[in-house]
Amino acid sequence: MTDISQSGPVLAADGTPLKRSLSRALRMQKLRALMLIAPLLLFILVTFILPVADMLFRSVENRIVQDTLPRTVEALADWDPASGQLPEEAVFAAMAADLQIAAKEKTHTRVAKRLNYENPGVSSVFRKSGRKVGKWDLATDGPFREKLIEIDDGWGDVELWRTIKTYSGSFTSGYFLNAVDMQLGAEGPEIRPENERIYNTMLVRTMRMSLIITFSCILLGYPVAWILANLPARKANLLLILVLLPFWTSLLVRTSAWKILLQQQGVINDTLVWIGLVDDANRLVLINNELGTIIAMTHILLPFMILPMYSVMQTINPSYLRAAKSLGATDWTAFWRVYFPQTVPGIGAGSILVFILAVGYYITPALVGGTKGTFISNLIAYHISTSGNWGLGAALGAILLAVVLLLYWVYDKVVGIDNVKLG
Amino acid sequence: MADASNVDAFVEFERVQKSYDGENLVVKDLNLTMPKGEFLTMLGPSGSGKTTCLMMLAGFETATHGDIRLDGTSINNIPPHKRGIGMVFQNYALFPHMTIAENLSFPLEVRKMGKSEREEKVKRALDMVEMGAFGGRRPAQLSGGQQQRIALARALVFEPELVLMDEPLGALDKQLREKMQFEITHLAHRLGITVVYVTHDQTEALTMSDRVAVFDDGRIQQIAPPDQLYESPENSFVAQFIGENNTLEGTVKEINNGIALVQLDDGELIDCKPVNVSQPGERTRVSIRPERVEYNKDRLQAGVHTLKAEVLEFIYMGDIFRTRLRVAGNDEFIIKTRNAPDQVRLQPGQQIEIGWLPEDCRALDA
Ligand SMILES: Nc1ncnc2c1ncn2[C@@H]1O[C@H](COP(=O)(O)OP(=O)(O)OP(=O)(O)O)[C@@H](O)[C@H]1O
Ligand SMILES: [Mg+2]
Repeated sequence: MTDISQSGPVLAADGTPLKRSLSRALRMQKLRALMLIAPLLLFILVTFILPVADMLFRSVENRIVQDTLPRTVEALADWDPASGQLPEEAVFAAMAADLQIAAKEKTHTRVAKRLNYENPGVSSVFRKSGRKVGKWDLATDGPFREKLIEIDDGWGDVELWRTIKTYSGSFTSGYFLNAVDMQLGAEGPEIRPENERIYNTMLVRTMRMSLIITFSCILLGYPVAWILANLPARKANLLLILVLLPFWTSLLVRTSAWKILLQQQGVINDTLVWIGLVDDANRLVLINNELGTIIAMTHILLPFMILPMYSVMQTINPSYLRAAKSLGATDWTAFWRVYFPQTVPGIGAGSILVFILAVGYYITPALVGGTKGTFISNLIAYHISTSGNWGLGAALGAILLAVVLLLYWVYDKVVGIDNVKLG
Repeated sequence: MADASNVDAFVEFERVQKSYDGENLVVKDLNLTMPKGEFLTMLGPSGSGKTTCLMMLAGFETATHGDIRLDGTSINNIPPHKRGIGMVFQNYALFPHMTIAENLSFPLEVRKMGKSEREEKVKRALDMVEMGAFGGRRPAQLSGGQQQRIALARALVFEPELVLMDEPLGALDKQLREKMQFEITHLAHRLGITVVYVTHDQTEALTMSDRVAVFDDGRIQQIAPPDQLYESPENSFVAQFIGENNTLEGTVKEINNGIALVQLDDGELIDCKPVNVSQPGERTRVSIRPERVEYNKDRLQAGVHTLKAEVLEFIYMGDIFRTRLRVAGNDEFIIKTRNAPDQVRLQPGQQIEIGWLPEDCRALDA
């Protein structure tokens, strides 16, 4: 502190308050830094943040019913599904009017598909009717209740109307409920019947197998990283190239190689039979199940575990181990109490990388996982590209994202995220 | 030098050799005997094998040949953690993931000591280095000097009889280093521990040690108490390495009554104490300390040989004057004189006569 006691703020050489000229200088610096990263920021915004936001939006968005069947939705407002009665004639008339327009614009199949996700069978009712309703004269051809039921007696099912009413809002929790094996029943959310449940099992399986893969990577990678860190630089570089070798071959080639190795008539089984360890009749099932996925993915993700561990171990001075031993610790104690804790940040970084990569992995489980070893991402891919149920795919993706963020948060609480070192 | 039958010996190196690559001997024939309680410093230029010796004693390197004994028992086959030797590393090697108290408690824990006893000893060790208030901190939150003290406390907390220190003060600034030098010697003597201390700072070696072993080229060149080392170096390496030193080269003319007459290369004659020379005709390097050179005629002994000298430079250094002379063709001949009231200040260009007591002028190996 200066002993010249000033009232008022400290002034810079040009007379402006020091604080202000300092913050101006800092602002210029920040602006320049921002401009440097602007292209990347823009790129990430367009290619990553916006699509993720779009996905999150799609998982709850449900305007299609309202937009395609506006009159029906309005007429259904007064109907109480719990009564067990079919809606009144006005509702059927509104449906006929909506269908006529929708059929002309060919949007009735889309809404049919949407409703079919929630109530299988709706689709055909809509399709069949759409074709015929077009010929009706809305003013004279009533009453429509009987005529619609005549086309398809699906219209006489209270459940169909309940589905339309339930999913008439602009937003829906339906996709998310579906993604956790639930549905919107007459009394609010309910668990789906046992034979329709699939997503929870898949989510749990994905988490469990990703954890197993992460631990296998730690177990296999730790000694390798240790050797790498303790070899002379020239040999370490050579070995590092071997560790990175998997990156040089295409993912598909590597995965196919595992198929050849692991299949029942494959190299490993042949060898085991030849040695006599395994009976020819009982060849091991190593692929198209969980084991196959775990083996192949551990191999593929191992470098992501080894590299951060290696770079952390490299910074650990060997004199720590010597110091521990000189203080009376055995080799094991020195390792466990002194060396290992210092490598935890590397293990943490590797684990986060491997786990997050594993949770979202898709090609390898699809190729070697069979039915038992596929991941939730395979289902997401199925809904996005095959079934066309983007809303459900988005909801599954959002849940996956949430779980990963949750785990990240837990990790931060338990280990501390500033305890993660990539180098 | 070493005597294997010495009953007082606590640490002994007997004919120890060490090679890392199987081609070069890093340590050649090391013989060393230390009594209990001694503070011995290994001093030497970089690469002379000091750390290697320490590591062999601590058990992190094995001797290629020879025997190392601790308290009479050979330790070549005892693993490091059973040797019970405290060690202070050059980079301190405090465990970064443990607090200071945990660091100190570590050697006690691995010795399966009870909790209360551990806490008691940790507290005492921290107080000993005046760091009692820092037990809860991490090493990274301490200054260099504080870390150094903790490293010292950790090496002492399990009460080893022998402590090894490898350039522990290398990273500290001059003032802190001097303070720590004092603290370490003080502590070592108070606790009565035996210390092997490695440094390449000769002032540190001279001020701290009971004895100094000067290393060069994998051998101990001389091992002696600091004053002997400084005043009676046994060869020209030690003379050059310890303190400032003037050398003149010449040939021995004759040796009489323990005084050697040496003819310098420009023909002048001087009287010396023969140390590594035994007969006339031998080449020799004569060593004289700058502060033992006298140019005041009144103070010179009658009858000794003197040399002509020309003053080249006079440097005022406060407490002393440092004067550079040309003597017998050597332009780097330095003399140091105390800044006393009656001291003459020499002027560059002045011609003077210099001389010294024959025992201050040592005829060493060429
Ligand atoms: N692990 C090693 N492998 C091979 N050579 C080594 C090894 N450690 C040391 N050396 C060599 O042994 C010689 C002596 O090394 P040492 O570390 O004992 O020197 P020092 O006296 O401690 O030097 P400094 O004062 O620089 O610490 C050096 O030439 C060095 O290159
Ligand atoms: Mg050294």
